[in-house]
Formats: sequence, C-alpha cells, structure tokens
Amino acid sequence: MGWITTISIWIIPTIIAFVLISGTVKRVPTYETFVEGAKEGVKMSFSIIPYLVGMLVAITVFRASGAMEYFISLLRPFLQMIGIPADIVPLALIRPLSGTGALGMTTDLISTHGPDSFIGRLASTMQGSTDTTFYVLTVYFGAVGIRKMGDALKVGLLADLIGVIASIIIVTIIFM
Amino acid sequence: MVNIIWVALFVIGLVFAGINGTMDQVNEAIFSGAAEAVTICIGLISVLTFWLGLMRIAEKAGLLRGLSKLLQPIAKRLFPDIPKGHPAMGYILSNMSANMFGLGNAATPMGIKAMEELKRLNGNRDEASRSMITLLAINTASITLIPTTVISIRIQYDSVAPTEIVATTIMATTISTVGAILIDRYFYYRRIRKKRA
Repeated sequence: MGWITTISIWIIPTIIAFVLISGTVKRVPTYETFVEGAKEGVKMSFSIIPYLVGMLVAITVFRASGAMEYFISLLRPFLQMIGIPADIVPLALIRPLSGTGALGMTTDLISTHGPDSFIGRLASTMQGSTDTTFYVLTVYFGAVGIRKMGDALKVGLLADLIGVIASIIIVTIIFM
Repeated sequence: MVNIIWVALFVIGLVFAGINGTMDQVNEAIFSGAAEAVTICIGLISVLTFWLGLMRIAEKAGLLRGLSKLLQPIAKRLFPDIPKGHPAMGYILSNMSANMFGLGNAATPMGIKAMEELKRLNGNRDEASRSMITLLAINTASITLIPTTVISIRIQYDSVAPTEIVATTIMATTISTVGAILIDRYFYYRRIRKKRA
C-alpha cells in the first residue's frame, strides 16, 4: 500500500502551495495575514497546557501503579477474540468524553509504544477520526438552550464506535 | 462525566499502588507526567502556529467560501428541512468547511449560529429538530483533512514518517461521517414510524 503513504506525504505540501498561491492571486497580504493567524496558534498551545497536565498526570499515575496493566490483562483474552488490541481500549473509551483526555491518552500510547508502531499509528488515526461527542453536544445544544436532545447522543456515540472500528480495520490493512 | 473519570484514574491508581507496592513509581509518575505534558504543549506551538497562520490566509483568500459552495449540493440533501436561501444553511456550510480545515475554533461559533437559526425554524422549542441532530452528527464525526496536533506529537517522539497517518485518518473520518449520517437517517425514519404507529 505504498501509494497511500505517498499521498500522505504529498498532501500537506500541496495544500500549503495551493493556499499560498490562491492568497497571492486574491491579493491577500499573505505574510501579515499569516502572522495574525499564527498568533492564535501560540495562544491555543498555551491554553492546552492545564488540560494536558491534568490528564497526563492522572494517566501516568494509573499506568505506573500497575492498574492499567491489570485492567488490560482482564480484557485481553476477550478483545483478542474479536481482533481489537487491548492497549487501545482506554483511548476508545475516553475519546467521546474528553478531547484533551484523549489527546493525553494518545500521547501516552505514542510515547510508550513508539509513533511508528502499530499501536502508535492506530492511536494517531483514532485521535483524528472523530470529535468529542459530549463536548459538541454540550456546547452546541447548551448555547441555544436545547433540553430535549432526542436521538442526538445515540447517533454521536454510534458514530464514534464506527470511527474506532474503521480505524482498526484501515490501519491493519495499510500498515500490516 | 470527565470529572468522575479523572478522579477515578487517580484514586484507583493510588489504591492499586498501595496494594501493589508501586508507590515509588507513582511518586515519580506524578512529576514526570506533568513535565511531559508541558513539553508536549511547547512542542505543539510550532505546528499549531504555522498551521493556523496558513489557514488564516486560506480564509482571507476565500477558500473557505469556495469549499462551502462545493459542499452546497451535498448539504441540501442532508438538510431537506431547511428552506432555500435560509441563513441557517450558510452557517452550516461554514461550519463544515472550517471543520475540514481543522479550524475547530472557527467551526464552533458557526455551528452555534447554525443551531440558533435552526431553533428559530423549529418555533423556538427546546426540543432538538431533525436538522439539529443531523448537524450534531456531522460535527461529532467531524471530517478532518489534516490532523495537525497528532502530527506534531508524532514529530516529538521521533517518528520516521510523522505524516504517514494523514491518509488513514482521512479514510477513518470519512467512514465515521458517512456512518453518522446513515445512523442519523435511520433514527429519523424510526421516529416517523413511531409517530405513525
């Protein structure tokens, strides 16, 4: 599946070239506009610090105590039967609940297993494949005062499940 | 919910450490975990700064609007309840486009604006309408083109090919979005059947 990796490598440079050329054609002051938007990136990175510190400390404590290993070993035989790597389960569970929590979990998996390992690639794909359902639900419906959510939560969670399964299948096919 | 999980991770971990005799490692983990989190965020600055800067150019060059136009025929089918030319559709399209570019901060206000309009269309009731649930489904599945944060984390852990997960992410996110739309439709038709019965 070499061509998929090739696409992955080409896509970002292509987007950069496309954006810069379109900006120039449309007479956007490219450099000044870049700086203006980039400032927001700095702010955003700093605003993530408290969330990530909170989550990563909790996860590292959980892991260092041996509790994570224990719970995973309980699940392993069952999950192996259906072909799900047990190490990925905590990430799959926290993904719909907390975006920063999942980011912490993904970071932890990448640092433990290595970014180019199967688990590392799977965690990377899963992190990007869905958004935090509970966050979207609370923010969007909360902001306009919707109390009866109807089937919204069910739809969101089922979509998350599909994202997890799709990630596992795709990463297995492409990188194995 | 997150609160409970967060506390549970700590409490279970600490109790486990007491029983298991791993209190040493846990003490170390508290400080190494915090230090690692800060290191990650410092590393994130580079990629996030560059990407958000570039995306501001894309926005100013009208690329976001262009993508909205491209998405219009699809959106019309997804939201058959919205009258033609209604402002809700414009907000929905901007919301979808911003999500695709990975501009979460720009997508959220657009999504909220869209919800406001949809609520008005629904007679200001506090009940979620069909279009609201569809918009929510699309947002929770969120089509992402470039997973910027993940790429920068992979760079920090010395990945040989940090961007090799771009294609797999696009595929997974496409499948979960299509899945979300299908599930949304299924529940919609189920609601209608229930009402008739």
